[in-house]
Amino acid sequence: MNVFKSMGAKLAVFCLGAALTLSLAACGDQKAEQKAADKPAVEAKPAPAPAADKKIKVGFVYVSPIGDAGYSYAHHQGQKAVAALPFVESSFVESVPEGADSERVITNMARKDFDLVFTTSFGYMDSTLKVAKEFPKVRFMHCSGFKTAENMSNYFGRMYQARYLTGMVAGQMTKKNILGYVAAFPIPEVIRGINAFTLGARSVNPQAQVRVVWTKTWYDPALEKDAAVSLLDVGADVIAQHQDSPGPQEAAQQRGVYSIGYNSDMSAFAPKAHLTAAVWNWAPLYVQTVEEVKNGTWKGGQAIWGGMDKGVVDVAPYGPMVPDAVKAKVEAKRAELKAGTDTVFMGPIKDQAGKERYAAGQKAPDADLLGMTWFVEGVVGTTE
Amino acid sequence: MDWGILVALLAAAVQSGTPVLFATLGEMLSEKGGVLNLGVEGMMSVAALAAFLTAYFTGSPWLGFLAGGLAGACLASLHGVICVGFLGNQVVSGLALTILGLGLTHFFGTPYIGLAAPGFSKFAVPGLADLPVLGGILFRQDALVYVSYVLPVAFWFFLQRTRPGLAVRAVGEMPAAVAAAGLHPLRLRLFAAVAGGFLVGLGGAYLSLAYTHLWTNGLSAGRGWIAVALVIFAFWRPGRAVAGAYLFGGVMAFQLRLQATGTNLPSSLLLMLPYALTVLVLALSAWRGRGADAPAALGVNIEPEG
Repeated sequence: MNVFKSMGAKLAVFCLGAALTLSLAACGDQKAEQKAADKPAVEAKPAPAPAADKKIKVGFVYVSPIGDAGYSYAHHQGQKAVAALPFVESSFVESVPEGADSERVITNMARKDFDLVFTTSFGYMDSTLKVAKEFPKVRFMHCSGFKTAENMSNYFGRMYQARYLTGMVAGQMTKKNILGYVAAFPIPEVIRGINAFTLGARSVNPQAQVRVVWTKTWYDPALEKDAAVSLLDVGADVIAQHQDSPGPQEAAQQRGVYSIGYNSDMSAFAPKAHLTAAVWNWAPLYVQTVEEVKNGTWKGGQAIWGGMDKGVVDVAPYGPMVPDAVKAKVEAKRAELKAGTDTVFMGPIKDQAGKERYAAGQKAPDADLLGMTWFVEGVVGTTE
Repeated sequence: MDWGILVALLAAAVQSGTPVLFATLGEMLSEKGGVLNLGVEGMMSVAALAAFLTAYFTGSPWLGFLAGGLAGACLASLHGVICVGFLGNQVVSGLALTILGLGLTHFFGTPYIGLAAPGFSKFAVPGLADLPVLGGILFRQDALVYVSYVLPVAFWFFLQRTRPGLAVRAVGEMPAAVAAAGLHPLRLRLFAAVAGGFLVGLGGAYLSLAYTHLWTNGLSAGRGWIAVALVIFAFWRPGRAVAGAYLFGGVMAFQLRLQATGTNLPSSLLLMLPYALTVLVLALSAWRGRGADAPAALGVNIEPEG
């Protein structure tokens, strides 16, 4: 068996191995059985409540491991609140890849007669829609997307409001006026967050600029830490992030500068660096949704977008290094947002090229925010 | 780009390149002894977990580093027993090892995701760290990087200047001659495979103990395959392995810094760079016909006499 004498053969084997590894990552790509065709697809709105004596079965699908911080951790806190309700039976699946794998998991939950399924990541949108059409009796709540159906609503939080506040903290704490932002994927949600952060920072410090590095990951501590280090190397002295891992926090702490967390309070990972964090608080919305299902008032086809006024988003407690004067400014704005006055994307707002997108006094409509693909003035980086 | 940024870039290149360097040297040792091991990706992954768990439960990063090496050696000995002992197909066994390793890591590693273990932190070597430019690049790293500086030299010395090293090389070139000289070709091959596995394991340990101190699945992220490719790129020479590993690390670090400095190039293109480079390097070495540098009996099992 002298096949390896030739370089070509060895290369071929190498490529085969690499291809095999990649195909493994995509395995489980089995299409769900098409059972829906012979079922009636129309369901009355609002959906009828489950029988009173039966427990409501609520499922959750998470994109990343629950861990002890991060995006899925935040959803899981909401799941715990739901599971604690006496009339609920709840389970969850973590680390479900977006795409075909998620369809399998969601279908599985639908088959097991779940009454309500929360799919908590953007990339589950098409899978959720597909399964929703196959199982018209199951209710679906999809997080962060824009598609709906008779039995599928979508929901999200106005995280940009919390981002704006963290930007105000960062803008006041920076000494070099360079803020670093470790960004995940260039989708409207992330771009909106970067813009709000920048607007917040520049509202208190017009000299501040925000530098963006994309990692194209949601959870890769090594790469995300590296990306933060690359921002520190170009002079950033506050690091914000959009991913679920505490990698960037670790980098900021090691370099002796500041950081802004995301999803949940990340201060445990970087107590000396962590100024505050933009955090999710899903419990009120989740409990309310389950109660709607119980009472038979739940409706499909809705787009729910709650802000600080509904308690869905907020900022984490400030670190001890944040001076009272800084806090006072942020708290004033926070009180406004809590009262329901949302002026985060209020003109005048210019884009990176200096072109005015919104005139003074003009507020960006929600449709624009949901489809945002451009950076505001003050961001250094590209949205591609 | 000023000097400070360039120094930071090259320092990051060394750090990104270090785990790949350990793995490349490990695979090279195994191949020098005639055993092709395509399980590097799986071995690194298991070693990263073993290292993390050991450091997590004992509190000692050095024990963790050792455990990573031992985990790599364990999996490599499985490969060795299959291929050297039972004359199994080296390609199939190696690929199986990758699949097994990634599976084991996911199965046993998932409960620990997000937890932090004591790891290695960067420190400046007194004196050397103050050298202009070089000090900042080479001597403000973590302890494992310093270990990796000594390794290629020791590797070269062992293979080229010692009798056991000569025997390992011989068993990769012409096992019959080794048998004729009264040595044990099978034992030598097993030794090369297991020792190589140990080095690969050290590379895996680097990922969870120095690169990041947190556990997550998928830390190896294709670095094992890069190492297999770099052995070919290096023409089975340790000096070129160093160059290859740092080149790969450099491109990885470079693309992030290019973004941070505010380039207008699409980030997808930049993130692709390290992998595009690997493909290019492989194509170039194939085109230049350097396959002749491969050990002559690489991948060829030793059939029993008679």
